[in-house]
Amino acid sequence: MQVEETVEKKYHQNGIFYPSEKVMLDLRDLKKIYPTPKGDYVVLEHLNLQILKEEFVTIIGHSGCGKTTMLSMIAGLNVISGGNISVLGNPIKGPGPDRGVIFQAPSLMPWMTALQNVMLGVNRVFPHATKGQRKDIAKYYLQKVGLELAFNKKAAELSQGEQQRVGIARAFAIKPKVLLLDEPFGMLDSLTRGELQDILIEIWNKEKITAVMITHDVDEAIFLADRVVMMTSGPRAKIGDVLEIAFERPRSRKAVLDHDDYYKYRKHLIDFLEH
Amino acid sequence: MKQSVAVNKSEELKVAGMLKTLLFKINFTLPRLDGKGLARNLLIPVVSIILFIVLWHFGAKALFTIEADYKIQKALTEQGQVAADLTQACIDSGDISCQPNTLPSPAQVWASFNTLIADHKVISADKLAFREKTAAINEKRIAQGKEPITYTGRPSFVDQIFTSLKTVFAGFVLAFLIAVPIGVIIGLSKTLRNSFNWLIQIFKPVSPVVWLLLVFMIVKTMTKDSNQDSAFIISFISVGLCAMWATLVNTAMGVSSVDKDYINVAKVLKLGPLQKVFKVILPSSLPLIFTGLRITLSVAWMVLIAIELLAQSPGLGSFVWEEFQNGANDSNSKIIVAMFVIGIIGFLLDRIMLIIQNTVSFNKNATA
Repeated sequence: MQVEETVEKKYHQNGIFYPSEKVMLDLRDLKKIYPTPKGDYVVLEHLNLQILKEEFVTIIGHSGCGKTTMLSMIAGLNVISGGNISVLGNPIKGPGPDRGVIFQAPSLMPWMTALQNVMLGVNRVFPHATKGQRKDIAKYYLQKVGLELAFNKKAAELSQGEQQRVGIARAFAIKPKVLLLDEPFGMLDSLTRGELQDILIEIWNKEKITAVMITHDVDEAIFLADRVVMMTSGPRAKIGDVLEIAFERPRSRKAVLDHDDYYKYRKHLIDFLEH
Repeated sequence: MKQSVAVNKSEELKVAGMLKTLLFKINFTLPRLDGKGLARNLLIPVVSIILFIVLWHFGAKALFTIEADYKIQKALTEQGQVAADLTQACIDSGDISCQPNTLPSPAQVWASFNTLIADHKVISADKLAFREKTAAINEKRIAQGKEPITYTGRPSFVDQIFTSLKTVFAGFVLAFLIAVPIGVIIGLSKTLRNSFNWLIQIFKPVSPVVWLLLVFMIVKTMTKDSNQDSAFIISFISVGLCAMWATLVNTAMGVSSVDKDYINVAKVLKLGPLQKVFKVILPSSLPLIFTGLRITLSVAWMVLIAIELLAQSPGLGSFVWEEFQNGANDSNSKIIVAMFVIGIIGFLLDRIMLIIQNTVSFNKNATA
């Protein structure tokens, strides 16, 4: 009972405590320990975060603070050392197609075509659909990311940017409840990055699924997010601060940049990071 | 409408892609021949081959002189001046009966090669004639339910090559069928890998001769009742067992070291175990499996000669051994011909595997 109370208290302190019917993803008192020969290394501790349905949250923090660890725990690829993660109130058990992941590296199977890569997930998630229907789903999302001319190109023949487009199509095509993005544009040049941000936000506007995205780029964080979550530096990292981004959607890059609040938000984030 | 246009375009792209890979393959086997490339890819190899033959020629000549001098000296000390002069004259005349037995010169080897080919033509003609002659009788015999009469004459050199290739192919298929499935299973489980590791480490360095003896012990007993020739069975099983280790180790390594990203994708998409193996793990370990298969094939070809020699199984190995035992005047040069043929076939087999590897696996960077 004592523990419950302190957890509730922390939520209130951070100003993030939402009614459960609105919450998609709930991280409670999350902890991650990596055992090392010199004793346990605590990466995350007392990490509390609630992410709402249809919300786009970006996470920023210094390198090595445990952002990726947290995301891979949500994905179910990393074992939880303490606390729990639940999706719509159900604690997660390992990875599953209800949580789509877009990795930092495109991670496409290079021996498959773009279409086959997307189909890999679609076949799994829609086993009862006919082959034609599944192909249509895959083709639809590949068209959405602008790859209608590259269905049958081998993944190895695509450029980095195109590969990550396939990664986006693959993630959306399995219709996940939550989309997890681990610095998906970190390896791209800034022009391609801008293009892909537009594509991502366009599909997201349509699908309205909950998205959690790690980024190093402050501008990207503001442009995409409803809320920017800032993590403290590790070890024992937790949520340091949360910033609501009140821009209307759909957003245009120009309108965002011209908005008076933009530099206020930017300053807030940079102050936190340089603190 | 838009859809169909897109599909058409993608079909075009597909064809273009296939063309590109085809061109890539041709380009791959035939290096570009312009200026510097011409010098590097054609001129220098040709020069080096000529240099090799010249060196060989003079080396063989020197050895010939040493051997001839010894022969003349021996005749002189044992039988006197007349015998020595006779030997000298005999050697100079090129008479086959008194030539010194040493490393043959390139010209001799070339002559032996032509002899072997001519011999093959004679035997082939003989065989054809035999077949035509016995065709009618054989038809009758088959109709009566009797075994047809088969040609039992001496096999030609070319026949021996094909026998060897058959043995090596059978051994390679056996190695493939044993090593790849076991390698995949071992690769998938760390426990199995650890428990089988000692077995692999112990059996891997065992000599072909020992494998042959082991197989001989087993096959001899198992084929006791049949009057079939077991030499072929013994030699191909031994070849397979000797050669399979590289594939086994490489397959296990390839399967166990699949890129973690791919495994994560498979986990997130919740692929079933079979789908995971066939769609993710096997394709991504193909380059390593093929490297293993290439080593297996070249090892198989290498040990084949020794095994044929010991197992009394027909083929290039027994050809070499018979020529050595034979001690005829042109035996040495025939052995050298066999050596070149073995080498060239080994090289061609490796190239064929490389082309297959580049066709089926996504990793296009595999080279010699």
